[in-house]
Amino acid sequence: MTDSTETLERLADSDYQYGFVTDIEQETMPPGLNEDVVRLISAKKQEPDWLLEWRLTAFRHWLTQQQPQWARVHYPPIDYQAISYYAAPKQKSEGPKSLDEIDPELRRTYEKLGIPLAEQAILAGVAVDAVFDSVSVATSYKGKLAELGIIFCSFSEAVREYPELVRQYLGSVVPYRDNYYATLNSAVFSDGSFVYIPPGVRCPMELSTYFRINASNTGQFERTLIIADEGAYVSYLEGCTAPQRDENQLHAAVVELVALDHATIKYSTVQNWYPGDAEGRGGIYNFVTKRGLCKGHDSKISWTQVETGSAITWKYPSCVLRGDNSVGEFYSVAITRDYQQADTGTKMIHIGKNTHSTIVSKGISAGHGQNAYRGLVKIMPTAEGARNHSQCDSLLIGDQCGAHTFPYIEVQNPSAQVAHEASTSKISEDQLFYCRQRGISAEDAVSLIVNGFCKEVFKELPMEFAVEAQKLIELKLEGSVG
Amino acid sequence: MLEIRNLHATVEGREILNGIDLIIRPGETHAIMGPNGSGKSTLANVIAGREGYVVTEGDIFFDGKNLLEMDPETRACEGLFLAFQYPVEIPGVANLYFLKAAVNAVRKYRGEPSVDAMDFWDLIHERMELVKMDESMLKRSVNEGFSGGEKKRNEVFQMAVLQPRFAVMDETDSGLDIDALRVVADGVNALRSPERGFLVITHYQRLLDYIVPDYVHVLVNGRIARSGGKELAVELEQQGYALYNEEPGRARRAA
Repeated sequence: MTDSTETLERLADSDYQYGFVTDIEQETMPPGLNEDVVRLISAKKQEPDWLLEWRLTAFRHWLTQQQPQWARVHYPPIDYQAISYYAAPKQKSEGPKSLDEIDPELRRTYEKLGIPLAEQAILAGVAVDAVFDSVSVATSYKGKLAELGIIFCSFSEAVREYPELVRQYLGSVVPYRDNYYATLNSAVFSDGSFVYIPPGVRCPMELSTYFRINASNTGQFERTLIIADEGAYVSYLEGCTAPQRDENQLHAAVVELVALDHATIKYSTVQNWYPGDAEGRGGIYNFVTKRGLCKGHDSKISWTQVETGSAITWKYPSCVLRGDNSVGEFYSVAITRDYQQADTGTKMIHIGKNTHSTIVSKGISAGHGQNAYRGLVKIMPTAEGARNHSQCDSLLIGDQCGAHTFPYIEVQNPSAQVAHEASTSKISEDQLFYCRQRGISAEDAVSLIVNGFCKEVFKELPMEFAVEAQKLIELKLEGSVG
Repeated sequence: MLEIRNLHATVEGREILNGIDLIIRPGETHAIMGPNGSGKSTLANVIAGREGYVVTEGDIFFDGKNLLEMDPETRACEGLFLAFQYPVEIPGVANLYFLKAAVNAVRKYRGEPSVDAMDFWDLIHERMELVKMDESMLKRSVNEGFSGGEKKRNEVFQMAVLQPRFAVMDETDSGLDIDALRVVADGVNALRSPERGFLVITHYQRLLDYIVPDYVHVLVNGRIARSGGKELAVELEQQGYALYNEEPGRARRAA
């Protein structure tokens, strides 16, 4: 093994800095899953009957389903009876009425994570909804947003306060029968975020949800629903971390986006769930269904994701381009190291006329990491003049890792233009030596080269997030912590 | 400032350098000429510390410090620059950003604070003039999509910004038309100073019409076969290298 390879492998080692556990009194359901558990979750949330019925229908359907096997990921069978489906920080009353009522221990947790919950800490005007295990603990800036008619609250609150909106759109993009994990989520989802932007309103700040898994043996099944009415615009950010534990934890979320005529939704994720240790013990199983529906004409949905964490990542943020002239975008950086596995990509379903989609996927594999891009571009017979451009690039660091690309293209309209480019490269000894000859250390050279590789995706992120993402990748590769 | 003593080096187990002795003093420009496979580029890479080039015997001192004990970035920070024969592309990294990273790495090594943004901008613009470089090249990714001439010009530009004390030019003339050659040579000449040393490696005498060396050395089979003044280059151009190849006792080239 050459010196540079050793350097690269050492660099690919780094510690997870969000692995701490918050010592807080929790209300946790015993492990196990049956109809009573579903009923109990619904009762805890004081949900209306229609929602309980919806959950039960999903649960009964789930019982008939098998865990999917097609992804290029390997893990032992999950014992769904060993998981607790509800955990919440104990509270004296019904829930915090304002940010001041939040448990100080919880606030400290979010401070440690760098999440600005306190409204006085006006950090670049980001409104935050924080989800701790199963419940949403705080939503900031609510009042200011309400003046514009924007609804930004926890999912449970939306069910209580805006049942018609929830009922109209819940499951309209990701039906409960969609796939194994989405079905499970539909049955047991606990909380999440809800956003509604009224017609013609441009949301003046980034909306953000921060997901934190704290309790052990707990699954997190949150559900996010974002609706941008005609001519509305919203940019939404999602971040996630979890404590460091030896056992695997399941995270099966569902995100549904709906964009009406001329509306735009930009959804950015920086996913940093605990990835497991260097030998592949522990870590989060991140099995997430994210889909956006460009329902109206001239609507646009743009997904940007930076996937750095989780033991296994299985997610395909997708766009259904139903409205004429609608636009779907997917920008992704996925980095795997140690024994992390990622099978991620997107689906672009073109239904409307002159619909356009862009896919830019950057996969980075280090150590024993395995990274797969899986994408579908489907042009329906109705999609006259549809266009797609896909670009999938893989970067390998070291010689134990792997990159795989599975592009599926189905074209049913002869006027469509579909282009796919793919490349695989290694950080070459030549590039490293070139940087080092200019005085740049091997560590800095690797992060320079990796950041260059990811640039097309990073530039799609909101500024503060782009900086965070860049730092996260550097941390991931540099081993500068611990 | 650069002292090479009895340098032997192998690449993939094959002996390429075969006992080189060379002393370059501050302000001097030395040219190394030689046929293909004589070890010219190996010498450049050994000086810069490239992996895979193994020194089996001998020493290199740079201002009295043992160069062979330093990693490549330390050599660079000490003031050694290599203009690459084949400059490397780094996609997504803007030329300007790369240069700033390099300048700051050197400053950090010297215990200096990061370069002031305005000062850096002034320096960049002044140096761009030197190699007649277009501003658009600053924003483009390092060497990506550059023509052969642009790549070489970019090397000289980097050298002009980093202002090393000693520079090795590895076949900087290869692949250049006469106009590009002149621009590159003008850039190098502008940087010549009583404190700075140059080692210019070339196959052809042509470059030395523009960068006039103080000394010329002929490298054959990993050894300096002959040294002389700038007139030696002209003589080589007329007679070729055949004479040296046929000298007895030199043929130690592996099959």
